[in-house]
Parts: sequence; structure tokens; C-alpha cells
Amino acid sequence: MLNHILSIVIFFPAVAAILGFVINKNSMRAYGVVVGVMEFILSLYLWWAFNPNIGGFQFLEKTPLISSFGINYQLGINGISLFIIIMASFFTMIGIASLTKIKNIKNMIITLLFLQMTMVGVFSALDGILFYIFWELSLVPMLYIIGAWGGPLRIYASVKFFLYTFTGSLIMLVGLLFMAYLYYQTTGVWSFSIPAWYKLVLPLHYQIWLFLAFFIGFAVKVPMFPFHTWLPYAHGQAPTIGSVILAAVLLKMGTYAFILFSLPMFPDAAVYFMYPIAILAIIMIIYTAMVAYAQKDIKQVVAYSSISHMGVIILGIFSLNVIGISGSVFLMIAHGIVSGALFLLVGVIYDRRHTKLMSEFGGLAHVMPRYATIFGIMVMAAVGLPLTINFIGEFLSLLGFFKQSHVMTLIATSAIIVGAIYMLTSYKKLFFGNVTNEKNKNLPDVSKHELIALIPLVAITIWLGVYPNPILKPITKSVRVIVQIMHDKSITPQARMRISLPKSKIIQYKDIKIGEAK
Amino acid sequence: MLTPLNITIESLNLSTLTPILITLTGALFILIIDLFKKDLNKSLYVVISSLFLILAFGSLVDLATEVINNGTIFGIFNLMKIDGLSLISQFIIIGASILFIPLALTSKRFHEFSYPEFFSLFLFMIAGFEFMVSTDNLILIFLGLETASLALYTLIALHNRSKSFEAAVKYFTMGALAAGLFVFGAMVLYALTGSVEINQIATTLRADHYINLPYILVGVVFLFAALGFKVAIIPFHTWAPDVYEGASASMAGYMSIVPKIAGFVVMMRLFEFLVHSGLIWMQVILYASIVITMTAANIWALVQTDVKRMLAYSSISHAGFVLSAILIGTTQANSALFLYWILFAFTNLGAFSMLWISRQKNLPAGQSSDHSYEKFSGMIHTSPKTAIVMGIFMLSLAGVPPFALFWGKLYMVSSAVTSGYVGLAIIMVLNSAVAAYYYIKLIVYMFMKEPVTDVHGKIYTINSSTPLSVVIGVAVIATLFAILVINPLLEFITSFVYSSGF
Repeated sequence: MLNHILSIVIFFPAVAAILGFVINKNSMRAYGVVVGVMEFILSLYLWWAFNPNIGGFQFLEKTPLISSFGINYQLGINGISLFIIIMASFFTMIGIASLTKIKNIKNMIITLLFLQMTMVGVFSALDGILFYIFWELSLVPMLYIIGAWGGPLRIYASVKFFLYTFTGSLIMLVGLLFMAYLYYQTTGVWSFSIPAWYKLVLPLHYQIWLFLAFFIGFAVKVPMFPFHTWLPYAHGQAPTIGSVILAAVLLKMGTYAFILFSLPMFPDAAVYFMYPIAILAIIMIIYTAMVAYAQKDIKQVVAYSSISHMGVIILGIFSLNVIGISGSVFLMIAHGIVSGALFLLVGVIYDRRHTKLMSEFGGLAHVMPRYATIFGIMVMAAVGLPLTINFIGEFLSLLGFFKQSHVMTLIATSAIIVGAIYMLTSYKKLFFGNVTNEKNKNLPDVSKHELIALIPLVAITIWLGVYPNPILKPITKSVRVIVQIMHDKSITPQARMRISLPKSKIIQYKDIKIGEAK
Repeated sequence: MLTPLNITIESLNLSTLTPILITLTGALFILIIDLFKKDLNKSLYVVISSLFLILAFGSLVDLATEVINNGTIFGIFNLMKIDGLSLISQFIIIGASILFIPLALTSKRFHEFSYPEFFSLFLFMIAGFEFMVSTDNLILIFLGLETASLALYTLIALHNRSKSFEAAVKYFTMGALAAGLFVFGAMVLYALTGSVEINQIATTLRADHYINLPYILVGVVFLFAALGFKVAIIPFHTWAPDVYEGASASMAGYMSIVPKIAGFVVMMRLFEFLVHSGLIWMQVILYASIVITMTAANIWALVQTDVKRMLAYSSISHAGFVLSAILIGTTQANSALFLYWILFAFTNLGAFSMLWISRQKNLPAGQSSDHSYEKFSGMIHTSPKTAIVMGIFMLSLAGVPPFALFWGKLYMVSSAVTSGYVGLAIIMVLNSAVAAYYYIKLIVYMFMKEPVTDVHGKIYTINSSTPLSVVIGVAVIATLFAILVINPLLEFITSFVYSSGF
């Protein structure tokens, strides 16, 4: 079983989805929950069987698909992808569990299961084309989820989402093909294998062009600042489950791809573009934070705050050192948990009132105390309160970038204060004061169903906020391998200077005479 | 004194003709049967046609093994040339025809299929295309082209609608013009080199170092225009959308595949040596027409309100896409062309068949076209299986992995990147992104809109029957699981393309 465990984790939901066609509509949700739980257990088994002392890829599988063109079915995960996979299966599970008031539930659950296959596939593919297959295929279920269950502008939003990401990734495809060609030129064999590509050292001008080609694909997905316009629409129109999966997992594909492709394959270009990208990331953090402040719709606030945090993740990645990248990977998980939870929470209130306008609410703390508590914890986490999960990620990411530029880190950090302002104001508008709107007087508090979905998220938020080591350690181990590759491959002097490996932990005793020490 | 000609039958090498002869025999057979007994059911003719086609396919496999063992075979005074290109394209032509012919067995009765002539013309047409691809001789190419085209005009006109007559006449007029252009171009090349064999034309021109450049240009441009008409390259495409709209959906699907592959093979033989000789203007002509064909057809397709017209424009765009193989001219690119076209054949024939099974006898009430987007609105609620199948075809056409056409696109773009045409590769993928919009539009209608109130799910399969479902089933399976056969297919194609020197 261990030899093909990754394939099983990938294709189990797909098989379940196909079998799901024969299940009766009324029993569909139960089926979905069962499959979701099984998949989650499978992904936990991955964690159990994962060797945290190895930084490289594990559970490797390789079968030739198109051998004459070097395309293989090649899988493997490291500490970075492992936890994103677990998070993906976790969110699919609680997402399905929280589906109560939705039409065509059968179609929805089948679509979600297919989506899950593509998500797990993206994070475990080690072949460029295989990665691309899952990456593109993930667009289709999401297109359907937004377009069929979304709000009034759903079709516009879903098509915009599809076309933006599709265009970006086609440019990336040219990059993949060119990379394979360069590999062919150097070694004489076609290969799309990512570990093989890691070994290829390219001249700077090739690195720059390839970096840009990949960057367009990833930046649209993240989404980075000038390419982000599809996301507010997608979030605004998507049903709750769509927003949850989108924010928690799909956006992470972009940031994960930066770590998988851009950094180890083009280290010099990464250094070359470090400041421009950092500037974009800072613009993204500040600009979207301000836009979030101006929103009237609570879901849009969460959506923009989610983009804002993605900026911190990008900043952490392009700190190009172990601390920053580990922090940003940790923040990916944290961001997934927190913004996923916030979208679920917004969904709770939307189910009751069918509106998301903040002006419609106020004083909810009196009517729905449990809801207010959970929402409060999650807002605190989103703001980055110490002892919550987000704090660790943000702190490490910014600490990492501090080594590259003090000023920029300062600006980025101050933007987090803006984040605190809009999140807390929104919270105030929703929950404090008197109940002004008659319709809110008799709102029921969170139900058992909803609690089942929400309590684990609260628990994780605090658990990993207090004790992050169980996942931070394997992440750091794998990030260290990536940085090592970057370090070994870098050819330009700037890159050698910027990409620093952490100093050895052993402190050597030096006999320094008093007075000589400086 | 005339010396008596001494020709042995072996030297004619008649085996080169077998697939063509089998097809022609089939056509004559059908005519003879009709002579003896009228009012036989169409199912008989369908089965007879497919039997002969299967036989032709078998003989093709036989020829292929011979070519693998002994290299290119010449026959009939070296007029026939069975090389790798000819074999692959004949495989595509006959294979697509075998898939197409059962589409006549609809549950509704249509005018054209009640004539046995339809089937015999159909086989004549296939023979014409087979001729076209298996010779180097411009006159024989012309002969094949005209045999096929004349039959095709009639086949379109047989679909008994005023639009079909318009389409047939339009196609005929344009086709006649193209024939004139072809002959004129061939004449110029003959005047320059004293030969109608493409091989020898190439050798002579190369030996003369392309000294009469203006004349070569005239000849090539005329030939390019003539073949451009046949494969519907912009600006010679104007007939295509109207003809596709006028023809029955199944015939339109067929026309988007088989005549074009024959045209591509002739273009490959004619123009690639010019591209390789470093004639800049040839590259410029090709580059420009590729870019314009892809882009303009895509933009027109965006604004169509009828799915069939949209597919017509999208077929033009796909043709522009694969035409880049002739510009790039490497073995990889030429193999990519065939790979692309095989995968495209399954997907596109499937998509058109889906339109075909939803075809009513008369225009739907209150609508001006048979297959407007609105007709497919909310299909997922009324007829989910059909909607999913159609969705798969659309995703494949859009190039979403892992469906069939993605692999063709991948290999084609890769061949562009490999030969230094990175700019072209970017244009190709951007066009794919534009194209995604109109394919997605149909998916949006099918999956995300509410059904039109007075429409029942039945209309989407109103014309369906077991043979049609089988054809669509084959197309779906090929589209879904293409990934499993790409490797052997690619090796097979590449070895044949390579062995024929392209």
C-alpha cells in the first residue's frame, strides 16, 4: 500500500465521485461526508508515515506516460506539500459537512470530490506536465461551483476566474516546454521531471525569461497585485463552500508553485526579481487592506483581507532564506485555516439572513453569543494576535524578509496594523452595540452541524499558535533543502550574497582575550 | 517506327492502389445494387460502405507494413507514391470516414440518406482524397482534389434545405475558382522547371538557386491560394461558415477534418522545401496567414450566436494552429500536425455529432437557427448525460488537460519552442486562451443557466439511435483516455513522418 499511497490519496475522491452518480439525492450528503472523512484519514496516514527527518521528496512514484517526450506520472511530497494536502482534505471534509441549505447537492458533492482530486494532484505532482494537468483541471470544477451556485453575477465571475487563470497558465505552459527543451539541449533527453530540472543550471537571461513565464501563471493564481481583479468577483459571487476552498487551498497552488518551480529552478532570477516582487507584494498588502476597509459587504472584507495576507506570504517566499520561506509556508496553512473559517462564518450568517451587508447587522453578540465568540477568535487570528496560528507565520515571514530589507519590512509590518483596523471595525459593526435591525432579534445561534465544522478550526488555530513545532519542523527541513539547491545553483554574485544558508548551530569556542573583542 | 511498349504488370505495382481501388469498387457496387433494386433501406448502404471502408483500412495496414519494411513504394510509372505521409493521412481519412458513415442511421428520416447515390458519392470522395495524398504529381493531385470536391458539393446539396443549396453553390463557385488557381499555379511551376513532379520541381529550383524568383512567387502564391481555399485559411475562408451552417451537422464535422488533412499533406509536400530553402517571403506568407487565421477566426467565433457556426469558425482557427507545422517544418512539427489532427478528428466529430443528435426536422419554434446557444440552456438539469458529454468535447477543444486535444496542442507548441519560434508559440497559446471563452460559453449555457421553460430534455437526443450513440461513445472514450495512447501513436507517426523525409 505504501508504494502507491499518493496515487490512492489522489484518485480515491475521483473514484468516489464517479460512483456517486448512482447514489440517491437524499443520501448524497452522508456519502460525501463519509468519503471526505476517509480521504482525511488517508491524508493523516500520509503524515503518520511521513519521515520528518528527510527534507526531500517522499512516497515517490514514477511510471512513464509518454516516454518519447519525457512525460512521466511522477509523484512525491515533501514537508511543504504534505500539510497543504492535509489541509485540502480537511477543508473538503468540513466543507461537505457544512453543506446544508443548497440545491442540487448531488452535483455539488460530485464536483467537490473531483476538485479534491485535482488539488491533491497539484500538490503531489513532480512532473511538469502532470502538475499542469491537475493545475488546469482544477479550474473546471471551480468554474462550475461559482457559475452554478453563485450570486447574481455568478456567470461573469466564474468566466472571469476561468479565463484569467487559463491565460496565465498557458504562458506558464510555454515556459514548461521551453524548460524541457533546454534540458533536452543540455542532456540529450526530454524530461519534465521537476527533480531533474533542479539539477540544471541555466544562464541568467534564460532564467529571467523563464521566471517571467512561470511568474505570470503563478501570479494570476495567487493573485498578485495587478492580476488580482478576478478574485473579489469570484469570492463575492461564489457560494460559501466555493470561497472556502478557493481561499484555503486553490490560492495556495500559486504560492506553492513559486517554491516548487521558481526558487530552486531559477535562483538567480529570483534574486534579480526579488525587489520588484517585494514591492508588488507590499502594494498588494497595503492597497487591498485599504480596499477592505472601504467595503460594505462582510464577505468582501474577508476576501480582500485574504488577498492582503497572500502578500505577506509572497514577501516571505522572496526573502529567499530558510526562516522566511518556512514562515510563509506556515502562513499558507494558517491563512487557509483562518480565512477558510472566516468564510464559513460569513456563510453561517448569510444562510440566516441572505445578506452580507454589514449595515444590516449590529449587536449580534447579544443574539448569537457562541457565534460571536468563534468569530472573535478568528478575527483575532486574522489580525495576527500572538498565540494564534497566523502570528507565527507572519512573524517568521517578516523576520525572513527583514534580513533582505529593513525598510520594506517596516512598511509591510505597518500595513498589518491597517489590517487590524478594518477587521476590528467590521467586527464591531457586526457584533457590538444594540440590535438595531428587527430581523436580527430572533436569529438562532450556531447549530450543532455548524459547530462540528467550526470547533476543529478554532482548536487548530490555537493549538498551532501555541505549539507550531509538529508542522513547522518538517516544513523547515524541506525548505532547507530548497534553499540549499538555490544556494548551490546560484551563479551571479548577487545571488550568492542574497541566498544565505543558516549558520551551523554549533558555536565554536574562540579564545578571545578581554579587550580584543569587538 | 514505334517500338512496342513493354510493360510488365509487376512494374506497375498495383498494390499502391489497393485502398483506393477498394473504395471505388464499393462506390460502384452501391450503384449496381441500386440498378437492380430500388427502395432498399439506408442501413444496407451504410453497412456496405463501412464494410468497404474497413477493407480499405485493412489493406492500408498491409501497405503500412510493406512501407515499414521496404521504405517508400512507387507505382504506376512512379505516379503513385506511398510514403509515410500518405499512409498516416489515409489512415486518418478512412478512419474518420468509418466513424462518420454510421451517423446516417438517425432515428429521424433525412432526405439525403434515402438516395444510394449519397453513399456512392461519399466513397468516390474518399477515393479522391486518397489520390490527393498519395502522389507527388501536381496533375494527379488536381485530379484527386476535383474528384473529391465535386462529390462533396453534391453531398452538401443533397441535404434538402434552401440553406444547403446556397451552401453548395457557394462552395462550388469558390471551389471552381480554387481549381482554376491551382491549375494556373501548377502551370507556372511547370513552365519554370519542366516538370509536374514536386520532387523534381524542388530539385530544379534548387539547382537554379531560385533565379526566377518573381515567377516562383506567382506560382507558389496561386497554389497557396488554391489550397488555402480547401483548408479554409483566412482570407480564403469566406465560404466555410456558410457552408458549415448549410450542411448537416454530421457533414460539417466531416468537412472540418477529412478535406483539410488532405490539403495539409499537399501543402506539406509543396511548401516545406521552400521554407527549408530559406526563402524569406515564403516564411512571411505562412507566418502571416497562420497568425491571421488563428486570431481572426477566434474573434469571429466569439460573436457567434449559433453553436454550429461557432464550431465552424473554431475549426478554421484549429486549421490555422496546425498550419504552423508547415512553417516550422521539423519532423517534430509535422508529427505534431498529424497527432493534432487525429485527436481533433475524434473530438470535433464528436462535438458535431452531438449537434446532429439534437437536430430536429424543422427549425425550433421561434428560432432562426438549429443550434442556438439558448437551445442548450440548462441542459444539465434536463439531460445531464448529454450535457456532460458535450462539456467534455468543449473542454477538449479548449485544450484543457488531460483531454485529447491538449496533447496535440502541447506537442505543437513544443515543436514551435524547440525550433526557436517562441513568439509564435506565445501567439498560439494566447489564441487558445481566447478560444477558451467561446467553448466555455457553451458550458455556461449548459451548466449554469436555467432551462428554457418549454424545452424537455428529449430534444437533445431526438435524433439519436444506437449507431449514433456508439460513434459518440467512441469519440468520448478517445477524448477522455487519449493520454494512454499518445505514446504509441506518437512513435508510430514520428517514424512514418521521419521515414518520408519530412
